[in-house]
Amino acid sequence: MSGVSGRSGVVVAGVGMHPWGKWGRSFVEYGVHAARRALADAGVAWADVDLVVGGETVRNGYAGYVAGSTFAQALGWNGARVATSYAACATGAQAIDTARARILAGLSDVALVVGADTTPKGFLKPNAGERWDDPDWLRFRVLGMTNPMYFALYARRRMDLYGATSEDFAAVKVKNARHGLANDNARYRKEVSVEDVLASAVVSDPLHLLDICATSDGAAAVVLVSDACAARLGLADPVRVAAVSTVTPTYPQAVIDMPLLATDSTAAVAAGERTFKESIGAAAYEEAGIGPEDVDVAEVYDLSTALELDWMEDLGLCARGEAESLLRAGETTIGGRIPVNPSGGLACFGEAVPAQAIAQVCELAWQLRGQATGRQVEGARVGVTANQGLFGHGSSVVLVR
Amino acid sequence: MTSSPPATPVVEGWFTDGAEPALIAARCTACGDLVFPPTAAAACRNPRCAGEEHEAVALSRRGRVWSCTDAQYQPPAPYVAPQTEGEPWRPFALAAVELPEGLVVLGQVADGFGVGDLRVDSEVELVVEVLHVDESGPRTTYRWKPVAS
Repeated sequence: MSGVSGRSGVVVAGVGMHPWGKWGRSFVEYGVHAARRALADAGVAWADVDLVVGGETVRNGYAGYVAGSTFAQALGWNGARVATSYAACATGAQAIDTARARILAGLSDVALVVGADTTPKGFLKPNAGERWDDPDWLRFRVLGMTNPMYFALYARRRMDLYGATSEDFAAVKVKNARHGLANDNARYRKEVSVEDVLASAVVSDPLHLLDICATSDGAAAVVLVSDACAARLGLADPVRVAAVSTVTPTYPQAVIDMPLLATDSTAAVAAGERTFKESIGAAAYEEAGIGPEDVDVAEVYDLSTALELDWMEDLGLCARGEAESLLRAGETTIGGRIPVNPSGGLACFGEAVPAQAIAQVCELAWQLRGQATGRQVEGARVGVTANQGLFGHGSSVVLVR
Repeated sequence: MTSSPPATPVVEGWFTDGAEPALIAARCTACGDLVFPPTAAAACRNPRCAGEEHEAVALSRRGRVWSCTDAQYQPPAPYVAPQTEGEPWRPFALAAVELPEGLVVLGQVADGFGVGDLRVDSEVELVVEVLHVDESGPRTTYRWKPVAS
């Protein structure tokens, strides 16, 4: 990608993860593991880090609310500046954006961004207590509306509007399962067949259990540095952050969104040109000065198999209603025109909320460096991530090399 | 509802009861923006509107299915299951319904109907049914019922 690299001012010096799983240990342990991996990958000493940004976890008590300082203390207080971000599933992108902004402002030189989680079994559910003014509580109490039910609404719409089939959705799982086979950090590393998916229980029609991602423990970390620091580290041709999109929706938000009970109305103002999800990628492309046609590889948030197809269109990787054709033609498989989720995606990882958007960036960094052993997208120079956190959090990162 | 204690809405002020029940939205008196569930917030959601007053208005009773699904497993608390203890889980369907006023509202589908009775763009009508029974008696909610075509 000529014209893109070199002007971002923020370099991905190192990346690292703790393998995803259901380990049942402290999120701090996972986070420290990932942080040390990322620091070693960057060749940066912890003592030289001048900013730590943590992705908050809301399921691990106070230490989780102040994740940034929790990780800093666990690594040994070094006096670094600290921040903690929370944006639901978009937490990692917001944490990366915070680090990037301080580096671009010249306030920080070497930033460590860490997200880690320990998750309970089963449906993610709201915190305890009666909260009649909290949409996330009301949707369970009044509607019994779980996360997979939102995913199922989008999936059903694809079927009725574009002729998607359960076999198409299953094919996304089959592809991602194959992609993740060689990924040491993936939780599920096993081939899955279309028949396996269709034989698994229907959770919320039309989605089967194997169409829906699990919740996992895991951690991911990146070391972001300034151009000057990258030069000091002797990083030649490094991976750069070309854009981070953390946009919110634009009123009226006319597509139903988790965890809300209704959309905005278009009574006073007509719906805009782009949906919220379309605006997330558009903002990233605009910032990076590229278009979807420049993208070599994408990591998108496949909370369900069908959502991967939605994201492909939301990112402009194909026209509306054409994701199934690309999938069927093998174009989104490694070796195809635009490989999607070469890491194996959430299908192979399961979701560790505050770590997930950072994990997407780790994967793209490995892909652009040509280090994604067993799942390499050959010659990839431009990658995009996409993700969305509930309550209106956009998340898209463009990396270039 | 003849049983005592009397049935009460699961949330006060979201819908009217009677022969022709309807959802209640908050309408900005300045720009006409509609919000459901009705909010007590002072500011209008329209970023270009300085309105601070809302009035309660009834929404259309009929709309078209934007999409639908069901819950084949019992959702976790704070969901309260309608069945009595020991009774097996009975899946319920849920629809996102686009109203003529230009908003999509999620609601359970009326008792006795499932996803097989619906598809994108099919017509539904608002009804009020019992959601569950708690210590204060039956709690009612709004639901979407397929309109026979």
